[in-house]
Amino acid sequence: MTLYNLTIHEAADLLHKKEIRPKELAQSVFQRIRSLDEQIGAYITVTEEAAMIQADQAEQAILNGTASPLAGIPISIKDLICTEGVKTTCASKILENFVPTYDATVIEKLKSQDAVFTGKVNMDEFAMGSTTENSALRPTVNPWKPNHSPGGSSGGSAASVAASMCLGSLGSDTGGSIRQPASHCGIVGVKPTYGRVSRYGLVAFASSLDQIGPLTKDVTDAALLLNAISGYDIKDSTSAPENVPDFTRNLKDGVKGLKIGLPKEYFNTDGIEEDVRSATEKAIEILKSQGAEFVDISLPHTAYAVASYYVIAPSEASSNLARYDGVKYGIRDMDQSELLSMYKETRSKGFGLEVKRRIIIGTYALSSGYYDAYYKKASQVRTLIINDFKKAFETCDLLLSPVSPSPAGIIGEHSDDPLKLYLSDIFTISANLAGLPAMSVPCGFTKHELPVGLHLMGRHFDEATLLKTAYSFEQATEFHKKRPQI
Amino acid sequence: MKISGEDVTKVADLARLTIDNELRDKLSAQIGNILSYVDTLEKVDTRDVVPTTHALSLFNAFREDEVKPRQGSGTDQALANAPMKEDGCFVVPKIIG
Repeated sequence: MTLYNLTIHEAADLLHKKEIRPKELAQSVFQRIRSLDEQIGAYITVTEEAAMIQADQAEQAILNGTASPLAGIPISIKDLICTEGVKTTCASKILENFVPTYDATVIEKLKSQDAVFTGKVNMDEFAMGSTTENSALRPTVNPWKPNHSPGGSSGGSAASVAASMCLGSLGSDTGGSIRQPASHCGIVGVKPTYGRVSRYGLVAFASSLDQIGPLTKDVTDAALLLNAISGYDIKDSTSAPENVPDFTRNLKDGVKGLKIGLPKEYFNTDGIEEDVRSATEKAIEILKSQGAEFVDISLPHTAYAVASYYVIAPSEASSNLARYDGVKYGIRDMDQSELLSMYKETRSKGFGLEVKRRIIIGTYALSSGYYDAYYKKASQVRTLIINDFKKAFETCDLLLSPVSPSPAGIIGEHSDDPLKLYLSDIFTISANLAGLPAMSVPCGFTKHELPVGLHLMGRHFDEATLLKTAYSFEQATEFHKKRPQI
Repeated sequence: MKISGEDVTKVADLARLTIDNELRDKLSAQIGNILSYVDTLEKVDTRDVVPTTHALSLFNAFREDEVKPRQGSGTDQALANAPMKEDGCFVVPKIIG
């Protein structure tokens, strides 16, 4: 048995039965990282030494009989979630030396449950991108096909899980950044309802859209990680005071009687690649055979979602990224003797091209004379998009589509055409605009053996329905058991 | 909507970014494309539609205004990552001539 290949729930079983020890499991994972990561490029920082101490603590908790399901489980963390004493770079030059003095709430929660942290993983700089090529360090490659991108922005998270260089990972999702890389790497990814998981300690990209969530090898693991990180937090003023159910409890309830909506605007486009379409259609057949009922619904403002998003997200980003000024943290251009030139040179040297592009778009959209035409207009269209979903959820329990119109792309493919990349976010972006929970679950492979993911969107705070649907589907398929041959 | 090179430079300046001519021209073309796409929003009738700033109705999070003890020195923590610091303060280039 190779321990690094285990899922979280398989490993937890063995750990709690004392058939394996947390240290053995951690050592197996770190050995895997040492032998593979030069090729994959998932990790920015590996924290083996601290992990061994955490493994000892987990063992103590297991021996004391006080262990949580995550005790001793090796988890990687996207490098924009603050970790006390461990570098948090956002894959940006401007934060290359930033060491937080506090833990994000999700990290505090995982620590209190004796999880073991493998390290910090790669991403598009400040989570801006969908290929992980915008990392200031290096691109991460797709474990299924190394000349392909793993997707992004949580590409390091997805690749580290798919290549078994951790058992689960935390990523963040502003427009699809958990679900799309999960789909491209053949794993499960969940973007929880906005407000479900505390954003305290998550470096902000677009504050009204950002949400932290799990990337895992299967649905049960996603439910376990979501259990561990959810809940109201006084430190995040947008955190929701909602009860958190045990997300593993209803996994086996089945889909009988569930009404699943198929948004006609999503399927009536010729942009969906044939293999993706056929994998999605097969998934629909499987869920039908399990007792789900499918209804055609309409989300009339779908055509405007990407445009609305690419005003709102850069606008919020331009404001959030104003804090990088060479004064409080990060790098500073020490050659400048005037404040203004110090700001400008520090920021110009510290930010990469995509980040600059979005800051400029956002600053433009918020600038005097353009605010009404862009930001206000986009925020009004956002209201209409939310209303579309309200109406859809009057007749169905969840919505289904592909995660992405195409599988993972070849690295470098779209580097000069940002708009084309933005347009591929069409199925994932609306969940962020509307604050809905959504997830990706593996549903097949293309003829080139690239993974395809199925996208499920649910009502606010109804992650449980998504998870039980994904679980039911997963039981009828073997896609989640396939591992890349590397 | 087209955005001129001059406008790109102006907006970059507002955002405290310096861009060279080559980047200015590249961004002018790319951002122009993106803005033309965004202009499709004009087709949507948004009369009397209230803009959304947050997808969920949130209430302001109030608490008593009281000093709470914290671990360690707040000042030391705040300054821990400062590129330049002195006597418990951030150091910046001279502001007043």
